[in-house]
Amino acid sequence: MGESGSGKTVTALSVLKIVPKPGRIVQGKILFKDQDLLLKSEKEMQPIRGSEIAMIFQDPSSSLNPLYKVETQLKDVLLAHQSVSKEESHRKIVELLSLVGIPDPEIRMREFPHQFSGGMKQRVAIARALALQPTLLFADEPTTALDVTIQAQVLELLEDLKRKMGMSLVMITHDMGVIAKMTTRVVVMYAGNVYEIAKTEDLYEHPRHPYTALLLAAVPRLDRRKTLSIIPGNIPNLIEPPSGCRFHPRCKYAIDQCAESPPTLEQVDTDHYVACYRWSFLTLKGETSRK
Amino acid sequence: MEFSNVERRDEQKVTFESFIQVRDLVKYFPVYSTGVLTKKQVGVVHAVDHISFDIKKQETFALVGESGCGKTTTARVILNLIEPTSGEVIVDGENIFEKFAVASKEEKMKLRRKMQMIFQNPYGSLDPRMTVSDIISEPFVIHGHVPKEKRADRVYELLELVGLEEYHAERYPHEFSGGQRQRICIARALAVEPEFIVADEPVSSLDVSIRAQILNLLGNLQKTIGLSFLYISHDLSSVRQISQRVGVMYLGEIVELADTDELYDNPLHPYTQALIEAVPIPDPQVKNIRARLRGEVPSPITPPAGCRFNPRCPRATAYCTGREPELNEVKKGHFLACSSPS
Repeated sequence: MGESGSGKTVTALSVLKIVPKPGRIVQGKILFKDQDLLLKSEKEMQPIRGSEIAMIFQDPSSSLNPLYKVETQLKDVLLAHQSVSKEESHRKIVELLSLVGIPDPEIRMREFPHQFSGGMKQRVAIARALALQPTLLFADEPTTALDVTIQAQVLELLEDLKRKMGMSLVMITHDMGVIAKMTTRVVVMYAGNVYEIAKTEDLYEHPRHPYTALLLAAVPRLDRRKTLSIIPGNIPNLIEPPSGCRFHPRCKYAIDQCAESPPTLEQVDTDHYVACYRWSFLTLKGETSRK
Repeated sequence: MEFSNVERRDEQKVTFESFIQVRDLVKYFPVYSTGVLTKKQVGVVHAVDHISFDIKKQETFALVGESGCGKTTTARVILNLIEPTSGEVIVDGENIFEKFAVASKEEKMKLRRKMQMIFQNPYGSLDPRMTVSDIISEPFVIHGHVPKEKRADRVYELLELVGLEEYHAERYPHEFSGGQRQRICIARALAVEPEFIVADEPVSSLDVSIRAQILNLLGNLQKTIGLSFLYISHDLSSVRQISQRVGVMYLGEIVELADTDELYDNPLHPYTQALIEAVPIPDPQVKNIRARLRGEVPSPITPPAGCRFNPRCPRATAYCTGREPELNEVKKGHFLACSSPS
């Protein structure tokens, strides 16, 4: 979870090692099934992308190629990693399209992306991502470009597929509602750093970082009217990020130490980590159905 | 100057008279065939189809609906930015379509000063080559309602009103963040001292932490200046937060209209119910969301016969395909267009 520029997408792209140039991974480790992906060569990464780790993007209109039929785009993925016969790939494509809820897959597979609506395009993108049955799926704002009723359909589909295929799902989003509905654990990012990690219910009920608490209080909810609190100021420029804790210029609890050195993540509870010098002095309000 | 919060504004909603009356408004857009040499009309997009509603003085009325339902077209027609196919819009007792047809330039300007618009994308709606001071004082130049020597002071006042500083006046739009730009757009809209503002998805392009700032600003402006707002959005949560009354649109028609709390707590139309159920609430203890609706919004070029919602409606009967339901008052202030409500 994070706002624009918090580094959510770049984190996902880094795991796949497809950070666009001139970006590069400076240091760190990415352990996937106990292997450090950063030590792998491009050739060793290739079979991991798609068949082990896949990704779907925010805007299905730009992640599908407008020049190729849906069938071709799915076949490309299948053929890139394994040799399958014509009949086999045809059967698989039909199966995938019906799996993601596209009616008449035999007919629709011969159509171009522009013949699909936004929600249907996102389903095609999901089918393509799932073609090789990955064990980990990054969904980068998968419903931001969709209408609410279509968003609900796609979220339900993702949840359903996650269960059926037994894969892990990473939702990348700024929508606190989607996180509450879809996730079991949350990593809160701000301006390129991780500030809090917790179980979803715990995070919403007992946020420990001031940013998390302010964000929860600033989001309107549909089931009741509430007083919206304001996070003063703006998201910092990452070319010259604030010193120390990057949230300190907007934080009313900040002390001198916050501007001097960045706080590190520490465990504050079971499965609950926070990076804040002040957490133990604060009682922050969360967002629960109890008023 | 920063406003801290928006209080509940229920107390305002009862007594005020209608400021804007929209009556039987229709807007169709022609669709042409794609021939190279011939241009033949092959159909119409039923963007707005016979809708009626009122906006009271000092009220925030919201239109909600999914993309393509006609919310923005309705707003543009009300502001006379595009011509209606038929219907009436009465602003402060004057039929503005008739008025615009015959009015002199001065009279038109006077009408325009009453009504302003804030757009969705504050990156596209500010001229990048003008300073903030130029942008906000351009309405003064056009309408001439603020004398030259007072213009600079008035710009500062407006900047303060929307929570910006005096020194911002000499800067250019690219030096501001999205939220600040939206504040500039609001200041520009306020520069003509309007009575009515259309806010078309004013927060949907902003970051979550910034949205509350703008929502609170709009709410407070309405209270302090006494403006009427037409708030257009697909985001049902922000609509609940900011509006006093809501109209729900589907394929060019209003299907339900009621006071905000009444509509959210007691939705009667199956589409409204499905819409409300589809929005995830930022609270893991409320597992509300359900995708109740199958399929997608049909084309507004060939809308379904009868009730336009019937192909997706879980409660549709044969009756619904035969007859288009009218918007009737089913409870005081609660209007519904449905032949088989729950």
